[in-house]
Amino acid sequence: MKISEPLFVAQDICLAPIDHEKDAEIEARWTHDAEYLRLLSLEPALPQSAAQLKKRYEQIEKDQDEKKNLFYFTVRMRADDRLIGFARLYWIEWSNAGGFVQLGIGDPNDRRHGYGTQTLRLLLRYAFDELNLYRLTAVIPEYNPVALRLFSKAGFVEEVRRRKALNRDGRRWDLVDLGLLHEEWDARQASSR
Amino acid sequence: MNGNLFRGELVRLTAEEPELLGKSFSSWDRNSEFRRLLDDEPPCLWSAKKIQSWFEKDIQEMNERSFQFLIRTLQDERLIGFIGLWDVEWSHGDAEVGIGIGDSESWGKGYGTDAMRVILRYGFSELNLQRITLGVFDYNARAIRSYEKAGFTHEGRVRKAIFRDGSRADIVYMGILREEWHVLNNEQLED
Repeated sequence: MKISEPLFVAQDICLAPIDHEKDAEIEARWTHDAEYLRLLSLEPALPQSAAQLKKRYEQIEKDQDEKKNLFYFTVRMRADDRLIGFARLYWIEWSNAGGFVQLGIGDPNDRRHGYGTQTLRLLLRYAFDELNLYRLTAVIPEYNPVALRLFSKAGFVEEVRRRKALNRDGRRWDLVDLGLLHEEWDARQASSR
Repeated sequence: MNGNLFRGELVRLTAEEPELLGKSFSSWDRNSEFRRLLDDEPPCLWSAKKIQSWFEKDIQEMNERSFQFLIRTLQDERLIGFIGLWDVEWSHGDAEVGIGIGDSESWGKGYGTDAMRVILRYGFSELNLQRITLGVFDYNARAIRSYEKAGFTHEGRVRKAIFRDGSRADIVYMGILREEWHVLNNEQLED
């Protein structure tokens, strides 16, 4: 048992709730960086205003409350609670115990410090040890090698390659599904102890 | 120009009819095998009325991201199932195809494969898609064979995603690219 071991706190970062007052201004800035949007999503890149994001936060908490298939977190620096990103488990399907995982670190200056790795480790523990999910999927475009490496390092393996599913900047790219099973995660925990 | 875009060799695709779909699904769903081959949700038994109301809502909300049809036999116009393209990603030209033959008497007779060929033609020559994707449970060998015949290529497996009857099954993903469909079609024209 490790009941006392925190679920939401890592070395430098922590998982935290949405701050409806302050977060929208910061996230609105991130969404004006097309590269961030295109690394995260297949949808056509489109900047969001703070007002739009405030509405979105309302919707996220409503969905999480009512549909019970979403767990959404903000990612903040432990030192000063500064917002640096988001992380979510979504499309959870309880009868088969599967779900999807995604995270984003908004400001390029906050990337390459290991914050994503720490965030993912917390998310995986939450998914497998708290929600008791059996498997997780991450959907990553071929043109996002940083994310492919992040998830591979955490034990995810490539399961599906949708050939030429994406069209960006005049060429076609594959869309990759990576998967991690509970027993694979367990084995890695045991060997790292 | 092909004036028979909705017609295959054994079936044709027609417009959705909520009342008929309500009655049909309510009866098809009583065969749990149909439902367990179709999707990953626990099979439920709903009244014709309830199902009809979903389809009515569905048609009202129909948008440019889904294209749904009934499958009827050419021989006697009988409704045997449904087929559709969902989640069309216009900026990338990708869509998911889903099909179900509800009437189990009609399984294994080539109707599904024929309907799939019709909707591939619709997707590539009317919607101008770049690729079409589908997912199928690994225990549905009949469907996988049908999709291979229609020209789909295996693209991977989501491991152990389905938990039923005490064991875990994979979801097999398959896809067909526009250029592959063109090659296939030219071959069929030459035959």
